[in-house]
Amino acid sequence: MEFDFTPEQYTLRDEARRFLEAQCPPSHVREFIDDETGWSRDLWKRMADLGWMGLAFPEDLGGLGQSFGDVTLLLGELGRAVAPVPFLASLCAGQVVFRHGSVEQQRRWLPSVASGERIATIVIVTPDAAVVNASASGDGWVLKGETGPILDAPAADMFVVAAHDGEGARWFVAEEGVRVTPQLGFDRTRTIGRVAFDGAAAEPLSVGGLEPGSRVAVAAVCAEMVGVAQKILDTTVEYSKVREQFGRPIGSFQAIKHKCAEMLTELEASRSAAFYAGWSVDGDADDAALAVAVAKSYCSEALAHLAGEGVQIHGGIAFTWEHDMHLYLRRIKSDEALFGDAAFHRERIARLAGL
Amino acid sequence: MELAFTAEENAFREEVRAWIKENLPPDFKEPRSFEERLAFSRAWEKKLSASGWAGIAWPKEYGGRGATLMEQIIFHEEMARARAPQIFINFVGINLAGPTIRIHGTEEQRKRYLPPILSMEEIWCQGFSEPNAGSDLANVQTRADLRDDHFVVNGQKIWTSFAHVADWCLLLCRTDQSAAKHKGLSYLLVDMKSPGIDPRPLKQITGEAEFNEVFFTDCVVPRENLLGELGMGWTYANTTLSHERGPAFLAHQIRYRNTLLDLVSAAKTTLHDGVPATEHPAYRQKLAAAYAELEIMRYLGLRMVTSIMRNGRPGTEGSVSKLYWSHMVRRMQELGLGVTGASAMLDGEDAANHGSWQRGYMMSFAQTIAAGSSEIQKNIISERVLGMPRGEVWAPKERV
Ligand SMILES: Cc1cc2nc3c(=O)[nH]c(=O)nc-3n(C[C@H](O)[C@H](O)[C@H](O)COP(=O)(O)OP(=O)(O)OC[C@H]3O[C@@H](n4cnc5c(N)ncnc54)[C@H](O)[C@@H]3O)c2cc1C
Repeated sequence: MEFDFTPEQYTLRDEARRFLEAQCPPSHVREFIDDETGWSRDLWKRMADLGWMGLAFPEDLGGLGQSFGDVTLLLGELGRAVAPVPFLASLCAGQVVFRHGSVEQQRRWLPSVASGERIATIVIVTPDAAVVNASASGDGWVLKGETGPILDAPAADMFVVAAHDGEGARWFVAEEGVRVTPQLGFDRTRTIGRVAFDGAAAEPLSVGGLEPGSRVAVAAVCAEMVGVAQKILDTTVEYSKVREQFGRPIGSFQAIKHKCAEMLTELEASRSAAFYAGWSVDGDADDAALAVAVAKSYCSEALAHLAGEGVQIHGGIAFTWEHDMHLYLRRIKSDEALFGDAAFHRERIARLAGL
Repeated sequence: MELAFTAEENAFREEVRAWIKENLPPDFKEPRSFEERLAFSRAWEKKLSASGWAGIAWPKEYGGRGATLMEQIIFHEEMARARAPQIFINFVGINLAGPTIRIHGTEEQRKRYLPPILSMEEIWCQGFSEPNAGSDLANVQTRADLRDDHFVVNGQKIWTSFAHVADWCLLLCRTDQSAAKHKGLSYLLVDMKSPGIDPRPLKQITGEAEFNEVFFTDCVVPRENLLGELGMGWTYANTTLSHERGPAFLAHQIRYRNTLLDLVSAAKTTLHDGVPATEHPAYRQKLAAAYAELEIMRYLGLRMVTSIMRNGRPGTEGSVSKLYWSHMVRRMQELGLGVTGASAMLDGEDAANHGSWQRGYMMSFAQTIAAGSSEIQKNIISERVLGMPRGEVWAPKERV
């Protein structure tokens, strides 16, 4: 029995962290936070050179053939850096094509997603529901409808859409004729926007239903949140050791210590849950649907609490725009709402576990 | 990551199952009073021992089974699945006294004490806490004065579980009044039948008496009952405590799945606002949260086992694990009481399920107080794991 990443996987994580510390320091992130549709094409290019976008796709589709577990570690590091790139969205969209597309569809779309040339996004709000309607038209399909906020829609040139085809929800791919209205994201480091389809041509992926594709997306966001939370805890503990009041470090006050100990507990529990969720979707484990709901329900609430405590422990300095804490807080809070919040996923647990 | 069991582990599981099927009375019900539980445990635990399940974690050379951590988990899982009772009356002997004496005792002491622990003929209690030495355990004041070939013990212990039925006591006491706090302590193995020992049962929060105050008045303890060396008591006590918080907890944790199952069945049969609690919006959410928290406890446990197998000791998740699950249990039991609705105002036989939710709720406070309170755990985590500076308040030295 082994319930942990392998030493090689941890090496990958450490390399990713070093790379991002050099290539994506907070000063780089801040270049994009005042620009609704801005994101770092430079960083994206460098990540593509390392093969990150293709990490978990098979080699014959232009990827590196690694496990989804490896990508979850990368997601964590990108979260830690609050990297201003559409990695999560494009990864999730690619994974849906990989899990639902025919061989021909995979070959047509995935190599360019895996190389980073094409940026895709996944058009869902909660993982179990179609957001627009699809209808047959001629020998193809068209999409109609407008969605709520979709992560990195302004950056995307390919849309993997959860649409209702008259019988049920399934995945469609649309490339042309998609209207995106950029919106101001609570998370300033990434783009977000409404997506409207007014008869855009779309092609259904061959495997119907939204599962297991949507499940992968939920597992991915949990992995990202854990990375952001780790950064918050590290920053907070560091600060508590150097900030002095009443003649001693605030980290020597028990009220502060106990908050940090609780934060670590929330983080380790979340890490375990996200880890298991990532592993279970990789192999389509029997309990994957439940594992993902367990992880998202817990991470959403526990890590949002952790992030709030991070701000509290910093005091007034964290209340400034200049301080980076709000960037992490915004990422966590928007991930909390992404692909279903805690209450949504608890309801899923209740259904799946037959409560 | 690899979660499959090996063929040997599956065979081991079958062996445990078969044994339980043969030995657990088919009509077994969890005893309700301490007295009933005591009577049942004495017999049941001897049975476990006779079949070699008592010392499952003990090394083979000391008559144990030398089971791997995975086998221990499998054993506890099967026992929990069958709702067979956990080791109760011999918990201190098997999990605390045994390992401590094995590690620090002389060869004669091992020969004298270990076999009757394993056969469960001698029951042990842990005489550590005192009225003024709880979290600050090193403040123990019970004194043992060495006079030639014996010690004379005077003082008072408190919260000593099973002292009124125990044959032996692990006694942490002060043998040097002039040495520094942690240095003047020694560790004695005390025969509870010696004159000058007076255990007085204390009625607990549940109404039952399981722990005691124990008074020592000029109690004579032979020098040969000193464990290891004079003045090394604090080190040995830490060995005992590390076993109290170690894998023995896994057995406990695995049981909470049964609590969840009971919680869900209680929820299905109790109406709130005209619907079963499972369909009531607030309770449904809380039940699902309990489900999630329990699953995560299992993951934390598996991670801890993986660290122990890889590095010989638990990693960060080990330090946070107790804090996590003890509060999880508190929430679960609170939910249990909540789910039963107006029956929460009753107790004992008048309450739903013979008052098991009332008892469980009260008992759950033990988890956040005993074996290092939550506050102490947080001191330890913040200072040892996160490296935060020490303030005026201390995490106990070396206590892990
Ligand atoms: C069911 C049960 C069974 C037990 N069985 C045994 C047994 O068999 N043998 C035995 O020796 N003992 C036993 N104990 C005793 C147990 O180990 C102690 O209760 C425990 O160590 C706490 O000590 P205390 O009760 O004196 O509380 P105190 O130490 O007085 O603590 C009171 C409160 O103060 C807090 N506190 C204390 N120090 C600090 C600090 N430095 N920072 C922040 N907060 C602090 C605590 O967290 C707690 O909330 C048992 C206890 C229970 C509940």
